[in-house]
This record gives sequence, C-alpha cells and structure tokens, in this order.
Amino acid sequence: MTSRPRVGVFVCHCGENIAGSVDVERLAEDVLALDSVVFGTNYEYMCSDPGQNTIKDAITDEDLNGVVVAACSPSMHEETFREVVEEAGLNRFRCEIANIREQCSWVHRGNGYKPTEKALKIIKGAVEKVKRNLPLEPVEMDHSNKCLVIGGGISGIQAALDVAEAGKEVILVEKEPTIGGHMAQLSETFPTLDCSQCILTPKMVQVDRHPNIELMVYSEVKNVSGFIGNYKVTIEKKPTYVDPDACNLCGDCVEVCPVEVEDEFNEGLSTRKAIHIPFSQAIPSSYTLDEDACLGLNPLCCTECSAACDADAVNYDQQPEFVEEEVGAIIVATGYDLYEIANMGEYGAGKYENVIDGLQFERMLSATGPTRGEIRRPSDGKVPKDIVFIQCSGSRDPENHNSYCSKICCMYTAKHALLYKESVPDGNAYVFYIDIRAGGKEYEEFVQKVQEEERVLYLKGKVSKLEEIEGKIQVQGVDQTIGEKVEIDADLVVLAQSIVPSREAEETSKQLNLNLGPNGFYKEAHPKLRPVESLGGGVFFAGAGQAPKDIPDSVSQGSGAAAKAIDLLAQPTLSHDPQVAEIDDEHCSGCGLCIGQCPYGALELNQRDVAEVNEILCEGCGTCVSGCPSNSLSLKNLTDEQVNNMVKAYVGD
Amino acid sequence: MDFEPKLVGFLCKWCSSAGADLAGVSRRQYPSNLIPVTVNCSGRIDANFIMEAFKDGADGLLISGCHPGDCHYTSGNYKTWRRVALVKHVLKQFGLNPDRVRLEWISATEGDKFASVVEDFTNEIRELGPGPFNNE
Amino acid sequence: MALLGLHEKIVDLVKYADIVFWPAATDFKYEDLKGYTEDEIDITFFNGGIRTSENEELANLLRKKSKILVAYGSCAAQGGIPGLANLSSRKQLFDTVYVNNATTDNPDKTVPLEVTKKNNRKLTLPELEESVRSLNQVVKVDYLIPGCPPPPELTSDFLELLINDELPEKDAVIAGKKTICDECPREWQGKSIDKINRPHDTEIDPDMCLLDQGIICMGPATRSGCGAACPEKNQPCKGCFGPPENVNDQGTEMLNSLASVLQIGEEGTALEQEWNTLNNLPDPVGSFYTYSLPTSIFGGRVEDEDNHE
Repeated sequence: MTSRPRVGVFVCHCGENIAGSVDVERLAEDVLALDSVVFGTNYEYMCSDPGQNTIKDAITDEDLNGVVVAACSPSMHEETFREVVEEAGLNRFRCEIANIREQCSWVHRGNGYKPTEKALKIIKGAVEKVKRNLPLEPVEMDHSNKCLVIGGGISGIQAALDVAEAGKEVILVEKEPTIGGHMAQLSETFPTLDCSQCILTPKMVQVDRHPNIELMVYSEVKNVSGFIGNYKVTIEKKPTYVDPDACNLCGDCVEVCPVEVEDEFNEGLSTRKAIHIPFSQAIPSSYTLDEDACLGLNPLCCTECSAACDADAVNYDQQPEFVEEEVGAIIVATGYDLYEIANMGEYGAGKYENVIDGLQFERMLSATGPTRGEIRRPSDGKVPKDIVFIQCSGSRDPENHNSYCSKICCMYTAKHALLYKESVPDGNAYVFYIDIRAGGKEYEEFVQKVQEEERVLYLKGKVSKLEEIEGKIQVQGVDQTIGEKVEIDADLVVLAQSIVPSREAEETSKQLNLNLGPNGFYKEAHPKLRPVESLGGGVFFAGAGQAPKDIPDSVSQGSGAAAKAIDLLAQPTLSHDPQVAEIDDEHCSGCGLCIGQCPYGALELNQRDVAEVNEILCEGCGTCVSGCPSNSLSLKNLTDEQVNNMVKAYVGD
Repeated sequence: MDFEPKLVGFLCKWCSSAGADLAGVSRRQYPSNLIPVTVNCSGRIDANFIMEAFKDGADGLLISGCHPGDCHYTSGNYKTWRRVALVKHVLKQFGLNPDRVRLEWISATEGDKFASVVEDFTNEIRELGPGPFNNE
Repeated sequence: MALLGLHEKIVDLVKYADIVFWPAATDFKYEDLKGYTEDEIDITFFNGGIRTSENEELANLLRKKSKILVAYGSCAAQGGIPGLANLSSRKQLFDTVYVNNATTDNPDKTVPLEVTKKNNRKLTLPELEESVRSLNQVVKVDYLIPGCPPPPELTSDFLELLINDELPEKDAVIAGKKTICDECPREWQGKSIDKINRPHDTEIDPDMCLLDQGIICMGPATRSGCGAACPEKNQPCKGCFGPPENVNDQGTEMLNSLASVLQIGEEGTALEQEWNTLNNLPDPVGSFYTYSLPTSIFGGRVEDEDNHE
C-alpha cells in the first residue's frame, strides 16, 4: 500500500436492531475523527440494494481505498459486502465488517451511551485492520473430479446415484459385505408399509450396475489427507476369499461349513456360518468368508467350502488390498446404531432374552428373517400373547442416558404394534409412551389408525423397571392419565432404543477433521441453513450420522449432499483463500520449530534450509506465525501489526 | 469516578466469536467493557499480544478458543493452552496479577457461557483495579 | 575488556586512531571528556548499561562529544544481565543487599545515601536509578555490537569497516540477520519434548539440537553472529546477542516456541500435566530475558494493585 489510506465507514441501522441501542447518526459523524477515515454515513439496511449502492457510489465519488461496514456479524454479510466492493473496483479484502450488532447493540441494551462508545472502538479497530489489508487474489487450484461416499446405507446409495448420474465418478465404500445398511434389515416401512427390501434392492442394483460407481464392500477408509478438491484417501479392501464374479449363489458352501457364529444381519437372533451371505439380495451378489469366524486360513485348517464350490469361486489366497484414491469431494453417510440394551440397567441390561430392540423385532417380522416372519419369544419359540412396546428407551433421559429425541421410534413402534396385531390378532399389545411424535407426511394419520382401529393400548407413562419372573417379563409402569401404577406380565418386550451415531463416526470424524456435536453426531456448518455441509468445506453429510432421521429425510439429504458435491466438482478450478502464512526468508534461519505446528503439513524446509509455505495446504490458522521465534512468519491480513493496532484502538486513549 | 475496566477479548472465529454472536442472537445482556478481536484460531495468539495489550493500558485479557479436541484447525488451541500457562507464569514474575489473563473454551453453541464469562471477568477485574499501565 | 580480545589487532586500531578515553585501560578523567568539543571524538564504544546517574551523565556527555556512538556489548545494547535487577524495585534491592540478608548485620538499616555530610564535608554518591536501561533507551545510539562479550571476530570486523570507511547505515546491529539456529551445527529432529531439562539434569548429546533434548536453548530467539559459540561447546545458548532483527521482546518469542514443542503424550491428551510442567519452570523471566529485560515490552517489574509500594 503506497497510497494513503482513504477509508469509508458505513453504519447500518439494521432497522431498530442496531439503531435501538446505538446512536448510529452520531457514530457516522464521530468516525470522521478517526485516523484514515475520510467518509462516514449511515443507512437503514446496508445489505439492501440502496444500501449497497451507497457503498459503491462512495467508493467512486470519494476515491475510497478501504471500506468498513459497521453492521451485523460478518458470518451474515461479509461475503455480500466484499462482492459489493469488488463490483466497485476495489479488492474484496479492502472491506472489513465491524460487528456492532451481535457483539454490541443486541447485548448492551438500555446502557446509555456505552454501546455507541463501544461501537466506535470496534469500528476504529476495523479501520486499523482494513487499511493494512493486502489486496490479495484467490489462489486457483485444480481438483479431482471424483467423489467418495463413505457408507452404503440408503442415504449413501442415494447420494452415490445422484452424483453418478451427474456424470461424475463415485467411489462408494461400505464396511459390510453388502450395501443396504439398516434399511435392508427392515420388514416394512412406515407409513406406507412398503416391503423394505422390495423398494431398496432396485436402488442397490442400480448402484451395482452404474458405470460411474466403483463399489468397494467389506472395505474401510483408513486415512484421508489433503484438502477440499484434492483429498488423498487410503482404503483397505478386506479379502472376502470369494470371487464375486464367479460365485453363483448356490449356497453349497454354507451346507458344509462347520462353524456357526451369531448372525449380525439378524441382530443375534440366529446363527450363520463363517462363509455366508447377509441376505439373498445382497449386492455384490456373492458369498463372503468371515476370516475371524473361520477355523483358520493361515495355515489352512479346513477346505470344505472350496471343495464344495462347483464354480471354483473360493480363493484362500486373497490378500487385503490397500487402494489409494484422489477425490475432490467426500460424502459421509455412516448412519446409525441402536443404543445397546446392555446400557439399560433398569430394563435388565441385556440379561433377558425376551427383551429385545426394534431392529431385532424387524428381523422377526421379516419373511426372510430368523423366524420366517412369525413373532416368537427368543427364549422358547412360543408366540407372545402379551407384548409391551416401550418408547423413548434411552432417549429423552438426560440424567441416565441420551437427552435427545430419536425421532423415528413413535412411528416404528406404531408400525410394530400394527404388524403384531396382524400376526397375532388375539394378542394384547401395549405401548408405553411419553409423547407421540408423528410429524412427517401422513404419519399422524398412521398412528391414529393404530391407536384407534387396531386395539393397541397406548399408555402415557414411563416404565421404571423390567424383571423376569417365571418366564414372563414383569413390566412396572405408570399410566399418567389415570395416575396409577400399571403392571403387565409380558411375554415379549420391545424397546425402542435410542438412535446413536454408528461406531465408525468417531474414527471418520478424526480422519476428516470433522467436529462432532455433544451426542456424537456430525456437526453441520449451520443447523438451519447448512445441514448437509461440514464447516471445513469439501465434506458433506447424508443420513442418520448427522442426526436421527427417517428414510424420506435420509434420501432427501443424500440428494442434498450429492447436489453440494456436484456443485464443487463442477467448478473448473477451486479457489483457495489467499490469507495464508508467508515467510520472510531473509530472516528465517531454518530452525524448524514451525514445521511440526502445522496440522496441514503446509510447512517444510527447502534446500536453502529456509521454511516454505504451501499456499494451497495452508488454512491460515496462524499457529505457526505466533510460534515463530524470530517473527519470520506472518499471516497475510492478520499480521502482528494489525492485531496490536486493533488492541491499541480499543484500550488506548 | 468509578473504575470501569478496559478489557480485550481474543476470540477464535469458529467457536468463541460464533458463541459471542449466539449470545447476541439470544439477546443475552452483559457489560460492555470487553471489546473482541476475532482471530481465525486461538493458536494465533502470540504471548507478545498479551504483553503489548497490557502495555497499551488494558486491565484484563480474555482469550477464548474451541474446546480441546474441537479446534477447527485441529490443534491450535493446544498451543494456546501452553502459551497462556507460560505467559501467566512470566506475568506473575513481572508483578502483574496473572488473573488478569483468563483462558476459556467457549464453543459456537455456548452463547450463555460467553455472556456469563464476560460478566464474571468484568466484575473480577473491577475488583482487582486498574492494570499496571492504565494511566487513567 | 572485549577490546583486549582483539589481541594483536589492537595495534592496528592504535595505528588508525588516538584513544582519547578508556577508563578501564588508561588514565583519563571526566574533565578531559568535558573539555572536548561537540563531535570531536570520532567514535565511542560504550559498554555497560545505565544504572546510576553517573552512567546517565556519561552517556549524555559521550553522545554529545562523539560523531559515532556504539553500544558495545549486551549491557549497553539490551541492558544485559544486570537488567534482571529490574524485577525488583530499588527499595527491594537496597533492602536485600544492605539490610535483610543472612550475612549482613545492619540493625540500624543503614543504606548508602546520595549525600552524606560529615565533619563539614559533603560526600556524594551517584543515584542508583529506579531501573536499569540500555544505552539506546537513554541516548541515540548509532550502532549496536551485541554479545556478552562481543566476540573478537565481530569487533575486528567492525573495526575493519571503520578503518576502511565502509560502515553500514546508522542504526545497524553489527551481527547476523538470522538466529543462532542458522549457525548451529547440531542436527534438528523436530521432536516434541515432554520435560524441560536443565543442562545438569541430563547427559547432553553433542550432536542433537538442544531443544530436542528438552534443554532451553535461546538460540531460536537470539540474533546470529557468534557462530553458535555456546551450543558448539555443548552448552545451551543463553541469548546474549539479544532478540533477532524483527523481534522486540526476546522472552515472549522463546515462550511461544517452547509452548509449541512441549507436548506430553499424544497431542491434547495431557493438557493439565503440560500446564503444570510449564508452571514448574523455575524463574522463566531469568531464563527467557537473561540479557534483554530492560528492552523488553514491560522493561521490568510492574506495579499492580496487590504489590503496590
């Protein structure tokens, strides 16, 4: 900056939001006494068209080379006003926002002249900053055109299909041997009572067949490095020991396998063999050998499955494969798990066979499930005549479990009760609830139908305890409407367990540098306006990993995340914020103390033994800048000089 | 005239400044003595800023960043924690009451906490009296 | 004294110039000095900080009488080790030295006075000023030659420039532009340290960076020019060359860096322990501001409400 600073200050009333406690007119005059300020004005809504034009006109008429807009938080309109000054021919970084609303007028009401005094100081600080801001141009960079989708449940499937349809290549990584997620385990879906697998499998097949989707099942993301537009991902593909192209699903291998383990697809209600297929419409269409269950592969203990296979599909020599991929955008769709019954001390902590969770009940209801669609007590196989459903188990209970509402339980419990009555018409179904949340389309009507037509008894009250007594589960609850205790001897109890983020969420959040909210769900950029984006950019969310949600919302969000990813990938180049660290290599002595401080690996020592900043990797946090013992690193547009002058503006006389 | 503390807050943009914004949105009232300087990351806080601020006449400094483990830039706030530990130790040796520097972790959802901290800190500094370079 | 380190080169100096004032080596008096006209002295090397009124008077006098004034050595350049006295008030100093220490028996609490009258005679002592200052905090200085002491090479280099009339522009520091790390032969591995070691706490590896070994070496926050003399001799740099060129406060720079490399276990898992470790550092000001306290941002002790005197 060789020319003298000429800064214009534009004070916004924001209606009464600012003008209500700050004397905006007086402020617009007082600013003229500030160093470097040559113009000051005020207007009702600076962000409006006339407001924006005021700024543009002043830049031209008053020959301004710096603009301070004293208004709402920069998170609202910094971008708006930076575009405005660009239109008037000024570099965007020569515009700074002085937050005199969220951090001043709104919080110091009725305090006489104090908010105005403070606003003037805030503006003074902004002037001191803007007049030293360099007119930087964004750094343009190329980017990969591929998209990574982590998680092959319904939201991940939808996201992958949408991105693929837009002509971009997608890599879909799923940890199980098949895609489909929890939706594949469901029997029918509310409120339409569609057969879950019937509506899901066509999408799964689409994924399998889509030329733009590379499906990696039985795989996990091991490492992610890089940054938006240029992520380097390492994926581990576990060996299935079966060639999916050769396997013809005959099932002969299963007959001869000597090992039986818990079947996780059936939520532990049945067993499976070491070589197995989760369900018959699994995609990819192939059996998988679970090496942890198998008697042994190294050395080979048993070769029965290979011997039985006419298609010669079994291959014990398969090795884990580590694949490196470069992708531009990542969609995280890692989904949910159910809060374990083991946590519910009051409900038996998992000791009682006849106390099960919603997913287990789904498997029972499913025609292809462990009981062929018949509802049976796990302990003795008898048909339960008295069934109790307990909603909010582990949810809405900040003292003992999770504080939030799991959103889908009221609906699926109603569905479960309805389907039970269809199966056992002379049985008695009881639902213990606190409230009924049926906000979705046609949800309320569905629940009403269940309550009224199906003769399911809805009891408003909590269940304090479950106890197994002589083969029955004694349910000790309360009916608040009559204010009395209720005791039911149930044959089977189904707990609507709280929805929790899947166990992969924590690891994924570390790999991708994502924030998790207090309950472990991914933290979105803004809860209202940016629900599918992460703060960092480049990573998007879909499905229940971000918050409990039903299938229509998961599908919508999948499409939403896909739209964002396509948005990003469609840009010819990506621009990177140029307000990065820079080295004064005349004074840098190569001590190296900055290198380890950078979380992005943006610093390294070059051949001249002087540090160098990679402008594309640098995210501008400034940690290295303050850590440099010789002041050879500075942060563009947030230099020591700028900060110290802002502080002087605040506390000086 | 009653002493009104002059306080400066170094707030990180992603967590603490957003938390301060939330206090505003919630219309949570608090004293106006603290004026915020928003930085990208609390890791940008140089111990030098702290000394200079007191030299310029500040009575108290609030430094606030994301909770440990939640830093938007992964690890900046860990450096802040250590730098503040050391600078307080040094300030004490210089004879400056180290309570004049306060480190808090305030997230974007903690608007209430921000307001409470500012109120509490303002009162605390009012009790301690003017800082060593406050000539008023 | 450092000038004597020039050994035989001092002969060249004498050939070039008349030495007109050198209290340590020759017998000149203040009266001689006052007798010179303004700017009569071509160049003055001033060592020592400004602690007493006598020092201050001399500094002002020599500034007036010299064309070029050089702050010679750490004390003149940054205040030096005596500058650490700035952590105490004058009253506290007098108290400790003359009254309240184990080996002094002074029940009357007698302290030196500036003026003492006895037998109709008046004896005066220079005033001990409230704090130590560097030379350039009192008068305008033309060149700084840092070091405790300035290495002979640096002095003889400067003298050569002087003799050949090739002096750099005024306000220059006659030393390097980088930090000690630039000259240090040790290998840096970028380790994070979990413990601060004093030099005697550990067996010092002569090839590894001292910071990597948990030893506080002021090298990264110290101006280069001495060839990393101390680290070469297996001792940590103590910072006698003062802060690097773009730094105004040596202590905070070192503090920032130390805070960056100290880490116990995996990053962020032992923050409380790290806090305690850093707070257990004995005398951080003594370690980080050994030679530069008077020219630091605070300059020395500050008066806060609860330590008002």
